[in-house]
Amino acid sequence: MSVLVGLETRLLVQGITGREGSFHTAQMIEYGTKVVAGVTPGAGGRDVHGVPVFNTVAAAVEVTSPNASIIYVPAPYAPDAIYEAVDAGIPLVVCITEGIPTLEMVKVYEHVRSRGCRLIGPNCPGLITPGQAKVGIMPGYIHRPGPVGIVSRSGTLTYEVVWALTRAGIGQSTAVGIGGDPIIGTSFIDVLEMFQADLETEAIVLIGEIGGTDEEAAAAYIKEHVTKPVVGFIAGRTAPPGKRMGHAGAIISGGQGTAAEKIAALEAAGVPVAERPAQVAELIRKALG
Amino acid sequence: MNIHEYQAAEIFSRFGIPVNEGKVCTTAEMARAVAEELGVPVVIKAQVHVGGRGKAGGIRLATNPGEAAEAARQILGMSIRGATVHKVLVAPAVDIAREYYLGVVLDRARRRIAVMASAAGGIDIEEVARETPEKIVQEHADPLLGLHDYQARRLGFALGLEPELVRPFAAIARQLFAAYTAVDASLAEINPLALTSGGTWLALDSKVVLDDNALFRHPEHEALRDLEAEDPLEREARAAGISFVRLDGTIGCVVNGAGLSMATMDAVKLYGGSPANFLDVGGGASSQQVATALRLVLSDPNVRAVLINIFGGITRCDVVAEGLLEALKTVEVPVPVVIRLVGTRQEEGRRMLAEAGLTVVDTMEEAAQRAVAAARGREVRA
Repeated sequence: MSVLVGLETRLLVQGITGREGSFHTAQMIEYGTKVVAGVTPGAGGRDVHGVPVFNTVAAAVEVTSPNASIIYVPAPYAPDAIYEAVDAGIPLVVCITEGIPTLEMVKVYEHVRSRGCRLIGPNCPGLITPGQAKVGIMPGYIHRPGPVGIVSRSGTLTYEVVWALTRAGIGQSTAVGIGGDPIIGTSFIDVLEMFQADLETEAIVLIGEIGGTDEEAAAAYIKEHVTKPVVGFIAGRTAPPGKRMGHAGAIISGGQGTAAEKIAALEAAGVPVAERPAQVAELIRKALG
Repeated sequence: MNIHEYQAAEIFSRFGIPVNEGKVCTTAEMARAVAEELGVPVVIKAQVHVGGRGKAGGIRLATNPGEAAEAARQILGMSIRGATVHKVLVAPAVDIAREYYLGVVLDRARRRIAVMASAAGGIDIEEVARETPEKIVQEHADPLLGLHDYQARRLGFALGLEPELVRPFAAIARQLFAAYTAVDASLAEINPLALTSGGTWLALDSKVVLDDNALFRHPEHEALRDLEAEDPLEREARAAGISFVRLDGTIGCVVNGAGLSMATMDAVKLYGGSPANFLDVGGGASSQQVATALRLVLSDPNVRAVLINIFGGITRCDVVAEGLLEALKTVEVPVPVVIRLVGTRQEEGRRMLAEAGLTVVDTMEEAAQRAVAAARGREVRA
């Protein structure tokens, strides 16, 4: 089982001839991900690490039938890459790119939704189902297959928590990095719903951070709809208001989006919140009994 | 990116919004001359990137040019919530009948742009939103079609405006929305939007925050940046492509990833220390970037220890180690450094650091505890 990606994933890489695209294509193949095609406009006919490159997504789809795409394209061109993927009918699009203008993302979100596709990110590390498929930039070796689903707004902080779980002997079903931008394609709630329905997932880790109110919305959703144990971690207890903390979405503005509010909301929904990343593993162990 | 009131007013004016025309002054004598030119009474307003100017005494009324000069003298150089005032805006005082609020913001939860208005203008809108949310009316713009005329009119009617005032109000709402999208703002606000005793609309205070992610397609916005208002270290970091926010603690942090950087700061606090900064060296951090990061952190005189926490993903540990070694060659490091390095190619990275006589700890908790102890001047055992 697991969610979103697995052995059945046939991956297309957009921006495959770029430095990042090429490097991570090799990493994903090495992990065992089925990378079936790449796209770079003008580089059609070449191959990268044995993967055939096409000029357009439509051409790649016709020949290789991918069911997911990952985008390593610079911010000015990334929205176009997302449009090209969803217009070619690819149901799952993962956008790693950081720095897309927020107003572009408002349009992208609407268009992706109207096409019935799922967008993960942007500004995210991607997602991984350990032992099956790595669709992202995370170091594969820190993961191991197991019962814990992870959903996170962060990249390296997610690796930190995964590493703590793995070292404690606890594996993961799927780890999903939903991204650190103010507008992202997939929310905590979307992924919580999938983990709740997934037979392999027995417990869930939710990693949030300051900014916005998505953690509060997730807390309300958990209270109503999630019966599996959930453990939380919120980054930014020491973050000052009004300052963007790296991620475009990580800013306390108008008195909204503080770590304290998010922690209180999660705890009120019965979700224990760890004080440090490694403590997540301890709380999950307790939850799994 | 924050810009000043007078800059926001210039943008609004370009989009046809009636704004209270004033002039920017940097000296008391200039303020006197402007008051003479505009005619009294005038208001003198501090131009700073923080709210709460009025309460801090940064906005004054002057009834003659001498008073204007005196008010400017008092406001210039004043510190408002940590921001020093270098400029004042001198503008005609307006006879106000009513004050409204009009703003365009990103509604993150709805993933749309919201146009908000309130009859409770002139005061802190966040307070209104918290205490009397029913006093705020709003419309969400269609992501692809924008704000419809009927939506702008509906805001006016919802505010209870007289029918003859609705159309000119709706025009301003549409112009504000147009300005917001054209400049790629993350906030555009008129507060107050005044209805003058003459029955016309006038924007008395203008505020714009620009979306940092969109600056690449607005090279003209660089001219709006107030370098004086920026922390010098934050400015240097930005030039190097490093996310950096200065805080007031003693433990300098060099971390890869925004979430991990915040979690590292939180761990420092948890173990009784205080972080001196937020710092994310970014994704494919080059050795030069890591060296720059270390230099930045060390140039804060409050820093008593440095905590380097790198979890490799995009960032490879051998690249990080290379950068650290290079930085340590060129930068004098007068304080203890605690390094935590795991992830992609960690063996190579650790070996490189070990060969140079540095020790690397395994967990973030251990690193934070050691950094806190080191900052307190205690002996740290390897």
